[in-house]
Amino acid sequence: MAISSNTTPPPTRGWYKRNEIAITPWLFLAPGVLFFFVYVIAPIYQSFSLSLYDWNGLGDIATNGTYVGMENYNKLFGLNGERADRNFQISLWNNLKWLLLYLLAIPGGLFIALFLNQTVRGIRIYKSLFFFPFVISQVVVGLVFSWFYLPNDGLFSIMLSWVGLEIRGGVLGNPTAATYGIIAAGLWPQTAYCMILYLTGLNSVDPEQVEAARLDGAKGRKMLWYVIIPQLKPATFIAFVVTIIGALRSFDLVSIMTGGGPFGSTRVLSFYVFEKSLSERGLQYGYAAAIAVVLFMIMLVFISYFLWSMYQDEKEAR
Amino acid sequence: MHSIFKTSLAALVAAGVSASSAIADGHALTGDLVIFSDMSNPAPRAVMEGMVERFGEMHPDLNIELTVIDREAYKTQIRNFLTANAPDVANWYAANRMLPYVEAGLFEDVSDVWEGQISEELASTKGALTIGDAQYGVPYTYYQWGVYYRKDIFEEYGLTEPTTWAEELANCQTLLDNGVKCYTIGTKFLWTAGGWFDYMNMRTNGYDFHARLTNGEESWTSDEVRATFANWQQLIDMGAFVDDHQTYSWQEALPFMANGEAASYLMGNFAVAPLREAGLDDDKLDFYQFPEITAGIPRGEDAPTDTFHIPANATNKDNARAFLKFVVSAENQTLINNGENLGQLPVNALSSVDDDKFLNQGFDMLSNKAPGGIAQFFDRDAPAEMAAVAMEGFQEFMVFPDNLEDILERLEAAREDIY
Repeated sequence: MAISSNTTPPPTRGWYKRNEIAITPWLFLAPGVLFFFVYVIAPIYQSFSLSLYDWNGLGDIATNGTYVGMENYNKLFGLNGERADRNFQISLWNNLKWLLLYLLAIPGGLFIALFLNQTVRGIRIYKSLFFFPFVISQVVVGLVFSWFYLPNDGLFSIMLSWVGLEIRGGVLGNPTAATYGIIAAGLWPQTAYCMILYLTGLNSVDPEQVEAARLDGAKGRKMLWYVIIPQLKPATFIAFVVTIIGALRSFDLVSIMTGGGPFGSTRVLSFYVFEKSLSERGLQYGYAAAIAVVLFMIMLVFISYFLWSMYQDEKEAR
Repeated sequence: MHSIFKTSLAALVAAGVSASSAIADGHALTGDLVIFSDMSNPAPRAVMEGMVERFGEMHPDLNIELTVIDREAYKTQIRNFLTANAPDVANWYAANRMLPYVEAGLFEDVSDVWEGQISEELASTKGALTIGDAQYGVPYTYYQWGVYYRKDIFEEYGLTEPTTWAEELANCQTLLDNGVKCYTIGTKFLWTAGGWFDYMNMRTNGYDFHARLTNGEESWTSDEVRATFANWQQLIDMGAFVDDHQTYSWQEALPFMANGEAASYLMGNFAVAPLREAGLDDDKLDFYQFPEITAGIPRGEDAPTDTFHIPANATNKDNARAFLKFVVSAENQTLINNGENLGQLPVNALSSVDDDKFLNQGFDMLSNKAPGGIAQFFDRDAPAEMAAVAMEGFQEFMVFPDNLEDILERLEAAREDIY
């Protein structure tokens, strides 16, 4: 082949060679796209269609299920003369509480990250200790916290009794306190997660800018607000994304700590889906699918926002 | 490797001979038998393994494969394996609990196993396994519910086993005055409250009303149901139950009784084993039938029956039928239910009850003192969806009795939807 460099390419070049630039990216993407369609897009479509049926999940949907149109949604929202499903409303409210309170993990994580971002002997050990709750399983977190919250003998109620307070039924046995108790348990690992995101973010803070700001007399809160935090924007974005998604997926802690109780007061949408379909007394697959669709719609709002803002970033970078 | 070879060989053989394996009892079986069991607690597991071993000895050429699945996980897995990967024999529960599976055509009609004498021997549970005109499983054990109490505490305060509601309330007041709770209970998983409702309702309104209610034929806002809750509330208002019971499982509620902080426990007979382990011997632990509330109403009892079924998609149904016949035989039931094994009651009328204080009392109660009828249990008599809503309501009622009106309306709305 080593003839001369100015000979024109032979006309027998293959089809693939000619279209290499256009095709290769798709070839690399193909496995991902395939899995995305099979495991994400197809189930979404299936959930939608399932939510139009009354089916108990047993046998074949074609023979054992009945098509009921929007009936499941009517039951959920109390449209068309149906009674609104109170458990669904409770779950929705609880999801909202989760969404709002879970965001506390972001400032919490930032604070700990700033605190740990110093060079002291053994700082790595302290960092790993702070990161530890994120490493252990959610199930373990849930168990530890449910012991912490035990009425009478639990550490938390002992601590409350020092200041003369008592929560009736213990934190997890009290329908008003239970959800907050679970969210607090969830914040523990989530704060650690945000902390690690901010720690890596702090590594990439430009020391020259900090130096320049210092020369201009910025320090303390002003330095943090006008110099450091703007540079942490990518970390904040990721922390926001994972926290929102974490809040909407809050299933394991609810399941471990209360099982949706007491009297269903700690249900969230994801747990309610499980309860109506796969749990011991579930058997309402169509209805569960309708709840899942609602949850998906809520998530879609956030997902669209995330995608949109990532798209904006890409455009700016170009 | 060995077992894979053995299994595939057996499968080959089975394929060859399955046509000729329609056998009566006593003939040696060949081929495969796949059993999925939920008997995962230590004692039941040993019983299940023992049954397989003895059945294997009777049929040395039969390749039996037993899979024991965690009892709680089994409840959710069953719907998958019945459709996708059906065993030949599977555990489940009687009455409404099996109804969805029967309606979906996933359980085999085993009326032929019930033909002849077996039907008489198992007469007491035939109704619970019958849907329409056919039977869809066989029972292997059942157990009584009732009040297990600390005899030593009762003696200390000069109390006797109550037979009427007035005596019951008086007993309870004495206990409370002495700083002992009348009843321990853990309602975290809801069904324990279902047990209380069963008894309060069966004693207030009778078994027939209770059966109609769980069948959806009576209203939850009726005066009868209100009367039941009013009686129940008497106990709740007295503070008869341990505090914060919504945070405990039934096992976590046992220590209250073992420590003497609570005097009694409305439970199934399976509570005896852990209480004995906790140090309560037969001098300290005793049993009485739930007292009468409305005078003159024939008493009904809860006696949940555990069962074996053949999935409709099973491959070795003849072998499975032979196994079911083996399970219900008087001899086998005597053995598996004795004190060293399950410690429960055999269903077969010809088998004998082990000489155990609680088994004797339970057997006597169910055979002679329950003229009203035998119920399965709230979550087996009512459809799954109704049970879920109702038991959550019972739990709420036990903590916030003032919410009763709201709870009853919710249950009534659920009833209108479900049935």
